[in-house]
Amino acid sequence: MIGEVLVECAHMTCAYNSTVAIKNIDLTIRKGDFVGIVGPSGSGKTTLLKAILGSITPVEGHITKKPHLRMGYVPQVESVDWNFPVTVLEVVVMTRSSTGRLPRVTKDERADALLVLERLGLGGLENRHIRELSGGQQQRVFVARALFHRPEFLVLDEPTSGVDVRTRHEVLHLLADLHDEGVSIILSTHDLNGLAAHLPRLVCLNSEIIADGSPVDVLTPEILEQTFGAPMEVLVHGGMPVVVDGVGADIAERMSRLA
Amino acid sequence: MIHVIAGITTPFRYQFFNNGIIVATIAGALCGLLGVFVVLRGMSYIGHGLSHAVFGGAAASAVMNINYFVGAGVWGVASGVIIGRIARRRLIGADAAIGVVTTASFALGLALLNRYGQAKKSIEAVLFGSVLGVKTIDIVAVSAVAILSVVIIVALYRAFLFATFDPEVAQVSGVRVAWIEALLMGLLSLTILVTMRVIGTLLISALLVIPASIARMLTNSFARMLWISPIIGGVSAFVGMYLSYFLDTSASATIILSGTLMFIVVYAVTGIRGRTRISGLHHI
Ligand SMILES: Nc1ncnc2c1ncn2[C@@H]1O[C@H](COP(=O)(O)OP(=O)(O)OP(=O)(O)O)[C@@H](O)[C@H]1O
Ligand SMILES: [Mg+2]
Repeated sequence: MIGEVLVECAHMTCAYNSTVAIKNIDLTIRKGDFVGIVGPSGSGKTTLLKAILGSITPVEGHITKKPHLRMGYVPQVESVDWNFPVTVLEVVVMTRSSTGRLPRVTKDERADALLVLERLGLGGLENRHIRELSGGQQQRVFVARALFHRPEFLVLDEPTSGVDVRTRHEVLHLLADLHDEGVSIILSTHDLNGLAAHLPRLVCLNSEIIADGSPVDVLTPEILEQTFGAPMEVLVHGGMPVVVDGVGADIAERMSRLA
Repeated sequence: MIHVIAGITTPFRYQFFNNGIIVATIAGALCGLLGVFVVLRGMSYIGHGLSHAVFGGAAASAVMNINYFVGAGVWGVASGVIIGRIARRRLIGADAAIGVVTTASFALGLALLNRYGQAKKSIEAVLFGSVLGVKTIDIVAVSAVAILSVVIIVALYRAFLFATFDPEVAQVSGVRVAWIEALLMGLLSLTILVTMRVIGTLLISALLVIPASIARMLTNSFARMLWISPIIGGVSAFVGMYLSYFLDTSASATIILSGTLMFIVVYAVTGIRGRTRISGLHHI
């Protein structure tokens, strides 16, 4: 079964002033997709997600979206102004700016927001300032904000950076639940084994799309070397690819001298 | 005792003082309110630039015998919107461009006053403000802008909050960020326009920054900042204005100094907590 097209990029190139960040992107996201984007730092993951979101316009090629597509965006934590004076609840209800105008959070909104927070394990934290949370909790506040908008398409920029194994599992379960409920998802990640390898579809990005397919097809030493510019080995464990650092030898040798 | 009370209330016997302290207090509260956005978005240089641009308009309208509010108003709002546009593009050199344009406007105003104005007195009044020239029209103007600002900020509260905190996501969530920013710049220009005669060109940007920074040290909530900051702005303007009568100092300087004193006290009292809260504010 092939779902309707939500987002389609054709020969898309995006740039900041004169520096090209991503080029020649051909990518189609359909309803029901659950896509991971992997690539080294600076490879353009955030840029691609922002182009999909619509906050960056391509300088070449184009991007088309299903009309009135309701999207939720979870920014990379590094891009949030953690010093801004807002509480968790204020962040969550923020996206309903067009309906709720007045400062007061209505009873219904509050109840809705508390449900979402509860679901994300943030119950009881609604009046905390966003800085007074752990890294994993901070991340989930923005997931809560995105969900409050009831999106059909969820865009997450590194949703598991800086969180522990347990929180990562929780985030994965949550995303899988949402996907089961019919939400289409695209996310970026640096975590090849903990996150990317579990997804049905991966896009390897290094300015251009190097590969696009299932983890088994995409997580190969050749593609990984081409994407990350560093040698890597791939083992298979329980039917799933596991990526291991191939650089090992010389670093191991230097470290062993220290031991 | 009676002497003391009589002494304390002396200044209020003068109509010019009453007018001046009313305008100053409302102006302080208004600057406190809009200062919240100025401080949280790290755009204090815009307040600075705008006041210098409005100065050019004020001088030009004085020389050409046009009503101050009309002349400086058109000039100020226009430059506000242009400055907002330049700043929004976040191009490299945006602050430099704003600096050049507004300083040029300032220099032009100064030259006009030198050449055609009634000499030093009026220049000093525009630079440092003056309570003497305050008329009923000033009270009406500053009240009108204050009411307008409160109404707009309350009515569009969430859009303002969202656009200030996270403009990119706000934009894609349906907030018309460009509109909100233009509105904010318009209100800022109007504020500078109606407060400039009392506070003066040079010290207005301080009044936009100090109360909001104090409020930021006192609270972690945007909504609370929006009422704490105007109160602090209003109180420091009232106190500064009142003290200036006895100290025989410039009203605007005394207002800024009383605000600064409050800043120091709050900085000391809130300690580490207050310091970390304002540490994240961008170059104020
Ligand atoms: N605002 C900006 N102005 C100029 N260049 C930028 C800007 N944002 C990103 N870039 C450049 O665009 C390229 C892609 O950046 P992007 O943030 O998309 O990478 P990324 O894959 O998300 O990296 P990371 O994994 O570190 O988050 C980089 O070379 C970066 O330097
Ligand atoms: Mg990124």
